[in-house]
Amino acid sequence: MEVAGARGYIYPDKELDREEGQVIEEVKANSQGVIPDPDGWLEEELERNILLTTVDALINWGQRSSLWTVICFPACCAFEFIAANGPRFDLSRFGMEILRASPRQADLMITAGTLTWKMAPNVRRIYNQMAEPKWVIAMGACAISGGIFASSYNVVPGYNHIIPVDVYVPGCPPRPEALIHGIRMLQNKIAKKSILKKG
Amino acid sequence: MTVALSGGEVAGQLEEKFPGGILESDQNCLVVKGDSLLGIASFLKDTPELNFDYLNYITAVDYFEYFEVIYQLTSLEHNHSLVVKARCYDRDNPALPSVVGLWQGADFQEREIFDLMGISFDGHPNMKRIFLWEGFPGYPLRKDYL
Repeated sequence: MEVAGARGYIYPDKELDREEGQVIEEVKANSQGVIPDPDGWLEEELERNILLTTVDALINWGQRSSLWTVICFPACCAFEFIAANGPRFDLSRFGMEILRASPRQADLMITAGTLTWKMAPNVRRIYNQMAEPKWVIAMGACAISGGIFASSYNVVPGYNHIIPVDVYVPGCPPRPEALIHGIRMLQNKIAKKSILKKG
Repeated sequence: MTVALSGGEVAGQLEEKFPGGILESDQNCLVVKGDSLLGIASFLKDTPELNFDYLNYITAVDYFEYFEVIYQLTSLEHNHSLVVKARCYDRDNPALPSVVGLWQGADFQEREIFDLMGISFDGHPNMKRIFLWEGFPGYPLRKDYL
């Protein structure tokens, strides 16, 4: 026994099948040839594929666009750095979202926090382990001058007693925007570097 | 809520067992002699009705005339606490018995007091500086430092 229109369709099932068949036949009839790959622009690109630049500009562009930070955060400024690294401030826009636990793979040290004399030899050791070229951002009041602990018996009054500093970012702690501004300044500094001169 | 035991009441229980061992006692605390500190501490820990099985902290104060080392004890079973103090009058070589044998948590805190206040704890298994380095001059938390 045939149950017609049991599911309440406008068309009976047989008519739907017939339409589907027609669509398939039509597509098959029109698809016997091959659609050409969209590679016209490749020819055009090859025509103007010679870029002129200087070695300095190329190397500096590569170095400043992928600054990798070593994990060396002795105190509380680290939280502002973590915020800067998170999705809201998004340091990865500047090519430096990767933190390196090994100093041998890093080129930037962000000294986020108070440094005690007991910790100082270890920070200098981490800095010495980083491969050249390497840069240091002194982040926060403690890193610049010892901050409120400057006269303490056990606090280094500024990281520049231990390692050379490229950029100083003031604040207690600096906001992520300030840190990002400091990183941009460092990138501008790297852009002016020449391989013929050291430092 | 932890009940803070009155030092005076606990002193009553200790008086007959440690004659002359208690210098002062009042509502807040119990001041004991350095010589009898270890005996009193182990009595406080091992007596079932006191049972001070947890050492909250140790700290030290410099009062110029003497150093005072303060122990806060808690019984997790009875939920009561007590403050015990001991004094050192010798400013050149202050020393007290170590309580590491009774409460393991005293280990680093006694080292910290030794490091920053210069009070040495006899019987501590590893009595050396913990925050500062060997050769650091003086004890920074003393009032006459610098």
